[in-house]
Amino acid sequence: MKTSWQLYGDLIKGLWRENPVFRQLLAMCPTLAVTTTALQGFTMGIAVVFVLILSGVVISSFRKLIPHQVRIATFTIIIAAFVTITDLILAATFPPMSKALGPYVPLIVVNCIILGRMEAFTSKHPVSRSFMDALGMGLGFTLTLVILGSIRELLSSGAVFGYQILTTQAAGGWFRPWVIMILPPGAFITLGILLGIINTFSRKS
Amino acid sequence: MNLLLIFISATVVNNFVLTYFLGICPFLGVTGRLKSAFGMGIATTFVMTLTGGITWIVYRLILVRFGVPFLEYVAYILVIASLVQIIEMFIRKTNPSLYRALGIYLPLITTNCAILGLALFATLRNYGFLQSLVYGFGAGVGFTFVMLIMAGIREELDLADIPKSFQGAAITLITAGLLALAFMGFSGLIYA
Repeated sequence: MKTSWQLYGDLIKGLWRENPVFRQLLAMCPTLAVTTTALQGFTMGIAVVFVLILSGVVISSFRKLIPHQVRIATFTIIIAAFVTITDLILAATFPPMSKALGPYVPLIVVNCIILGRMEAFTSKHPVSRSFMDALGMGLGFTLTLVILGSIRELLSSGAVFGYQILTTQAAGGWFRPWVIMILPPGAFITLGILLGIINTFSRKS
Repeated sequence: MNLLLIFISATVVNNFVLTYFLGICPFLGVTGRLKSAFGMGIATTFVMTLTGGITWIVYRLILVRFGVPFLEYVAYILVIASLVQIIEMFIRKTNPSLYRALGIYLPLITTNCAILGLALFATLRNYGFLQSLVYGFGAGVGFTFVMLIMAGIREELDLADIPKSFQGAAITLITAGLLALAFMGFSGLIYA
């Protein structure tokens, strides 16, 4: 009973309490770069979940065999191998999405969430707990990307996940799209304001 | 002329931090003080220039020649990690005071996504050897430039009266957004 609670805790903490983006300020580059639409954010999130889980399971199984001095290098190589696999799968199954994400998929190699979790959690815990931790952190990251992507997509084109919510002026409605939201400044400003709002709420509770 | 365009494009028009969002971690972490921002910028420029050249050699002369370009990511990260290690040992032997100044920043560069991003972009655009070197140097200069501007702004921000919830990362991101907006003005410098 105790272990299943522990596993649940490992899963749930990544979603909010230790959310990688909002709470730990990790992996800012992909968060800002790929969230021009909600779908792009979602795809990126799933790619990270995939790499996190697979490298987490492998590293956790071999954790007693990896020499302490070269652990970071070993982790990086394992992560790079899984990122290559993810990139090839994505390019084979969803070519337009793979093109849109461009070099940000290979950049998962240096994503601080992955190396950070491997160093801080996976390398010290058994496979089952590492799996739950990886899943939780990955889902927390995906959730963040989808939130940010939805806000930016809504304000830049009036749609979320491609479904039109606000009718734009071009289609005879009232909403005038905010061009800035697709551009880099929109990403910085949206995330900054979101962080501020989250800080306000978490300080009160 | 072509090289000059690549340099300007990498430095201000397509600045790595403000348009590609690469290197945000040191951008948020190290820009608290002007001096450390400068140290980080110089160290990164150095590594970026070398990475531009060496990854070109590795990709063209090893990976493509032996028909294994899919090993690109693994090879690049190894090149970068060992490069940083070599530079660290070299600086420690030759210039101890510089080593103390850069100290903690050097190992951090390995996980700076701007470096890997640079290698990937240079490969993606089919740059030649000299072009890759210039691209790396330009990207490094642009990175240092933005780090210095941001550090200067943040030193002033410390004195400003900011709502408690927005202190720290939140206000830094919003400031970066305004800075990115200003940098978009440079896009008129070149076309394409």
